[in-house]
Amino acid sequence: MSRQYETVIGLEVHVELATQTKIFCACSTAFGGEPNTHTCPVCTGMPGALPVLNKKVVEYAMAVGLATNCKITRHCKFDRKNYFYPDNPQNYQISQLYAPICRNGYVEIETESGSKKIGIHEIHMEEDAGKLIHDEWEDCSLVDYNRSGVPLIEIVSEPDMRSAEEVIAYLDKLRLIIQYLGASDCRLQEGSMRADVNLSVREAGAREFGTRTEMKNLNSFKAIARAIEGERARQIELLEEGKQVVQETRRWDDNKEASHAMRSKEDARDYRYFPEPDLPPVDISEEWIEEVRSRQPELRTEKLLRYQKEFGIPQYDAELLTESRKMAELFEAAAAICGNPKKVSNWLMVDTMRLLKENGQEPEELNISPEYLAKLVELTDSGAINSSVARKVFRHIFYENMDPEKYIEEKGLKTVNDESALRETIKRILEENPKSVSDYRNGKEKALGFLVGQTMKEMKGKANPEMVNRILKELLQ
Amino acid sequence: MGKIITDEMIDYVSILAKLNLSDSEKKAAGKDMERMLEYIDMLNELNTDGVEPMTHIFPISNVFREDREENGDSREKMLENAPEARDGMYRVPKTVEQ
Ligand SMILES: [Zn+2]
Repeated sequence: MSRQYETVIGLEVHVELATQTKIFCACSTAFGGEPNTHTCPVCTGMPGALPVLNKKVVEYAMAVGLATNCKITRHCKFDRKNYFYPDNPQNYQISQLYAPICRNGYVEIETESGSKKIGIHEIHMEEDAGKLIHDEWEDCSLVDYNRSGVPLIEIVSEPDMRSAEEVIAYLDKLRLIIQYLGASDCRLQEGSMRADVNLSVREAGAREFGTRTEMKNLNSFKAIARAIEGERARQIELLEEGKQVVQETRRWDDNKEASHAMRSKEDARDYRYFPEPDLPPVDISEEWIEEVRSRQPELRTEKLLRYQKEFGIPQYDAELLTESRKMAELFEAAAAICGNPKKVSNWLMVDTMRLLKENGQEPEELNISPEYLAKLVELTDSGAINSSVARKVFRHIFYENMDPEKYIEEKGLKTVNDESALRETIKRILEENPKSVSDYRNGKEKALGFLVGQTMKEMKGKANPEMVNRILKELLQ
Repeated sequence: MGKIITDEMIDYVSILAKLNLSDSEKKAAGKDMERMLEYIDMLNELNTDGVEPMTHIFPISNVFREDREENGDSREKMLENAPEARDGMYRVPKTVEQ
């Protein structure tokens, strides 16, 4: 009879904040610059350089804290975390240990088994490190400090999660909250959101936690789920063999679907934190908190309810539309312009989703002007173009963000609503297809479809299908 | 009455500080550290009941910058500080986290 185990998981999530400049200097945080072109004496750790805190970092951290039900620390300060590694030019990272900016919060997650609160132990502000490139040929590493000093918040959860499913739901919840706040784009693949998983197992019903390990290098939701399964199995196997789990940091290799211990004893994790003397403390007043609170945008949960109530959008559709901030903003803006939320929703739910999937793109990458999407709805509604032309036009909006009116004009795709001209064409088609006409009159409904097809072909797809149907039926009587 | 600095403690601290000390250097460092701790011990003689822990030596707080980019590209100048540079980057002994 084998024993039952419970997995206990806590997460440390690093999020890169969407500021223009770094946390302690006026260097750009933009991606993709040539190596070391966004650096200065502060972010390369030159002796005597003085860090000055970016106010926006404090406000983003407060905004995330408020949105995750945290208590904001009124007297907050920074500490030095000491370690030697070339990606860290100062030999310490400025972080927060003793008085992090937010504490004691929670978010609510939804899984198959219902809703559950996941506690947030704390959120602290810190700086990112540089990037090391290892030379394949020469025995050296090259360092780029463009990312050094980019602001991060680290969100530390309580060990409240029990499965990969809960972990993914929690991360998704954080991602949505932070994206809606505009505090970060939270992209796992690109590293603007990174999660370290602390995991231990214990026999079901046990009160004490088992020894935990920390898993790093998880770059996708899939990798996180696989790493959790892998680590759970590894720890259970050790316990079943009567061995001990060693408290250590492990690195996940998603290609091998296995992990290995990262640091040896020689590299003891003793960071010798001490208060950062170069930065004065941050006093956060009640007024400041209220000011940030009053600026909080509508978050996903609220939008979800409003879409159902205000626009009569079904819950499933509302969930998809609010799955990314970009999509929700596009929806609301286009719906406001054309006054037809259901049709806008339809374009987003069906065609947009399909094209995104085809191209392996994320909704955040959408580049569609709401004006154009609204125009497309209006053009279809007014009968200026029919639905198959609209589909074609939509592809151009999706790929090139093209003005649909201009496109239709240029390509001459406007529906022909000239009834007498259409009537003439149909008369001619009926004369040319006597067999289909007699078939239809003898009760073969299918023949009508053929005649509609011939008409549309003749009209190069620009006829109003309802008008074609009506005239055909009339003439065939 | 000073704290005893053991040999293990010296070894541990030199690992953290990435220092390779000879036996005589270790001995000297141990002595220095003991003297420092004795000096710090003097603070324990003071009565600090009811004294707020100090977080910063100056009585100031909330020194901020606005989120405005002001630094341009000064790579060439910055790299003059590098012990060695290559391809616009700092060249260092190979360091791989495993
Ligand atoms: Zn800088």
